[in-house]
Amino acid sequence: MDERDIHGLIADVRTGRLSRRAFTRIMLGLGVTGPLAAQMLDAAGVAAQSKTDGFAPTRRGGGGQLKVLWWQAPTLLNPHFAVGTKDQDGSRVFYEPLAAFDPEGNLFPILALEIPTLENGGVARDGKSVVWKLKRGVSWHDGKPFTADDLVFNWEYAADPATAAITITTYRDIERVEKLDSHTVRLVFKNPTPFWFDAFCGARGMIVPKHLFQAFKGDKSREAPTNLKPVGTGPYRFVDFRPGDLVRGELNPGYHVQNRPFFDQFEMKGGGDAASAAQAVLQTGEYDFAWNLQVADDILKRREQGGKGHVEIATGGGIEHIQLNNTDPWKEVDGERSSIKTTHPFLTDSAVRSALNVLVDRGAIHEELYGRLGQATPNFLNGPPRFRSPNLKWEFGVDRANQILDGGGWRRGADGVRAKDGKRLKVVFQTSINPERQKAQTIVKQACARAGIEVELKSVVASAFFSSDVANPDTYTKFYSDIQMYNVGPGAPDPQTFMSNFTSAEICSKENKWARRNTTRWRNDEYDRLWKAAESEMDPVKRAALFIRMNDMLTQNVVVIPIVWRNSVAGVSNRLKGNDLSGWDSYLWRLAYWYRQS
Amino acid sequence: MYKYFLRRTLILIPVLFGISAVLFTILVMAPGDPFEELATNPNVPPEVRMNLRAKFGLDDPLPVRYARWVASMMRGDWGFSFVSRVNVDTLILQRLPTTLVVLGSAQLLAILVAIPIGTYSALRPYSIFDQIATTLAFIGFSLPTFFTGLLFILLLSIHLDWLPFIYRSDISGTGWRWYWEHIRQAIMPVAVLGLAQAASMTRFMRAAVLDVIRLDYVNTARAKGLSEGVTLVKHVVRNALIPVVTLVAIQIPTIFGGAIVTEQIFRVPGIGSLLITSILANDTPVVMAVTFIFSILVLVSSLAADMLYAWLDPRISYR
Repeated sequence: MDERDIHGLIADVRTGRLSRRAFTRIMLGLGVTGPLAAQMLDAAGVAAQSKTDGFAPTRRGGGGQLKVLWWQAPTLLNPHFAVGTKDQDGSRVFYEPLAAFDPEGNLFPILALEIPTLENGGVARDGKSVVWKLKRGVSWHDGKPFTADDLVFNWEYAADPATAAITITTYRDIERVEKLDSHTVRLVFKNPTPFWFDAFCGARGMIVPKHLFQAFKGDKSREAPTNLKPVGTGPYRFVDFRPGDLVRGELNPGYHVQNRPFFDQFEMKGGGDAASAAQAVLQTGEYDFAWNLQVADDILKRREQGGKGHVEIATGGGIEHIQLNNTDPWKEVDGERSSIKTTHPFLTDSAVRSALNVLVDRGAIHEELYGRLGQATPNFLNGPPRFRSPNLKWEFGVDRANQILDGGGWRRGADGVRAKDGKRLKVVFQTSINPERQKAQTIVKQACARAGIEVELKSVVASAFFSSDVANPDTYTKFYSDIQMYNVGPGAPDPQTFMSNFTSAEICSKENKWARRNTTRWRNDEYDRLWKAAESEMDPVKRAALFIRMNDMLTQNVVVIPIVWRNSVAGVSNRLKGNDLSGWDSYLWRLAYWYRQS
Repeated sequence: MYKYFLRRTLILIPVLFGISAVLFTILVMAPGDPFEELATNPNVPPEVRMNLRAKFGLDDPLPVRYARWVASMMRGDWGFSFVSRVNVDTLILQRLPTTLVVLGSAQLLAILVAIPIGTYSALRPYSIFDQIATTLAFIGFSLPTFFTGLLFILLLSIHLDWLPFIYRSDISGTGWRWYWEHIRQAIMPVAVLGLAQAASMTRFMRAAVLDVIRLDYVNTARAKGLSEGVTLVKHVVRNALIPVVTLVAIQIPTIFGGAIVTEQIFRVPGIGSLLITSILANDTPVVMAVTFIFSILVLVSSLAADMLYAWLDPRISYR
């Protein structure tokens, strides 16, 4: 066996024809050690995520129909217009990014030949450019070749404000996308960009064909017929789409991974509700897969006894947390409450903050309300794993809270509520309407009552709470209450924008129409500095350390009280395999590899 | 008659304007916008959302937005959905056939059940059959459709596993198999809607037949020597049907209302479920169009009921 043969084998591993394990076994047979074999693969850009679960089909198709249920139906199939995950998922059947994010948040090549790294020179040392090599021989469903021109076009298309693309943020900070040759592009950034894998990667990075969209860039974007009849590179070709109801596809005979996909037809049915979707997969087996089963865990467990399917969990970075208002929500200054010119009468007292921190019974909330759908956590930033702080623990203790408050000089009044300098410890606690949230509110309220803090609960309809309506006083960005609770996550496997939620520049105010991220209105120079440093730090280890430090500052200063690190949950038929769900990408990131066990 | 028809039609125009103004105002004043989902997505900065709002004209004052809507409506342009960026008329036309098939069959089922049962109950009032029919009818119209829908699913789909509870508009297969699959999946939604309708219709039919059967001309018909069957069909039922037919016409909008819920439960891709998802997504143009169609339907069917009444019963004339 000479060098060329080994390169051939490596290429086979890359295309999925040969498993990583089989390659290592061959190498062992030649006297090459396991780690060295792994290194060979890594050097060749075959990332370690190249997973295989032993299913090696010898031909495409033959799997019949795959029926999946998305209880919120896709309403459009242009990935650049996708508002929510449902639209991204609908598009993902037909369109693909250069690389997907695996369950650990690492890159997995799809349309890219290899993943650029600092080591292989793909990523520039200064972080201002990255070179992507594209897989050759990939063609669009209409037979036209997929080339570097398509990437250049996607950048132009999405970055044009007139197109009204949701993906504009992903692409507008790219200075230019250069075509180096027909299958190589260089992305040049305006600033050093450690998160260079935002563009063209994951759910926000799907690539649309230039030849069908170039006439519809800018104001005419809505008129493109391809918006409704996608032509992509994905494992399934478009058959039919009814917004809000149905997406259908059929096997793409020219798919760029050998012997994939397994199914001949694909059907995504939408509508209805999560509970009955769980029934259709877990209990009656009418469908093979159900998206995002936001149903109480005990109900899911009961449904699983039907024996047709089970629940699979994707771990992302969603965090259900309580925020403490640093400004006074009850005093109006220049026409706004919670103005940055005020300070909160007692929530800025560290004794009160620490007491509240130990009064949130994360264990109870996790076990009684979320079950497998989440886990109690002391951290605000929980994923990807390399950014998770190992330094903290959470605790719950009413006695401990009482001790802290006594020490802080807060004395109980005749009504059992503590007060100091004429200020009573009474907080208004707001959240959106949702059964789990109201139960969690009650758990917190009861513990607080035992520590002498009076809590008034307020729940706002989700559509009002999360609206950007400037006239509405109940939005979460206005934060006209003392504490509030909701779920937020980094979305992408990079926490840079996520952690900007606490920088001074992002403070919500009337001036910016409350259209910023820092709802707690917390200000800290050191935090700002750390965040700024992370923005251009190219050393992944140092950068992770910066984020861990930021997370620890948030929890130690009790800017927020993290409660439950939430998982997303899918219903999967017991015979459907190969899903390998990722919390960092669409559920369908490995759709080409799904198969049904006979 | 024609003058009456013309007058009623002309009155419809200001009424429709009034309805559309009220609908539009309520929708615009409701909280939220179609890009709500972007709020908690950290990768989409708020200004993107603001720009989208501005681009789709969501930030303009209410009168301006309403005027724009009316103006484009006059030109036959229904606008486009903020959520799917598809023209509203395309969306509605895509879903209308399913709704019409389901509602049509439900109505047919209601008539087929209600007329014989109502007539037979009236022929033998307070018999055991009548008692049972009356009880069932009362149960039928006291149970809301969403409840009977869930009961049907639990019993027929989950316990007995006889019928699918997810309605698919894309059944593959041809010939008999295609029809069979369609009938199988339509059984539950049609039964839920049809039986609820049949319940009240049975009571009406029974009352109408009771009124007619005592009249002298029925006795005359019998005295002429006509058989009981002919008397019943040609003289009794025909006359009794007059109020029932008008009732059916007036009830059409109510059926559409019931369809909204039923479509959601069984995932029937009709305009009812389109309305629900659009309301949840704050997709104003679609909500506006669907509710507007419903209100036109109400007005037209009440007009149709009046006209039909006059046509069926020549004793009544409008001036």
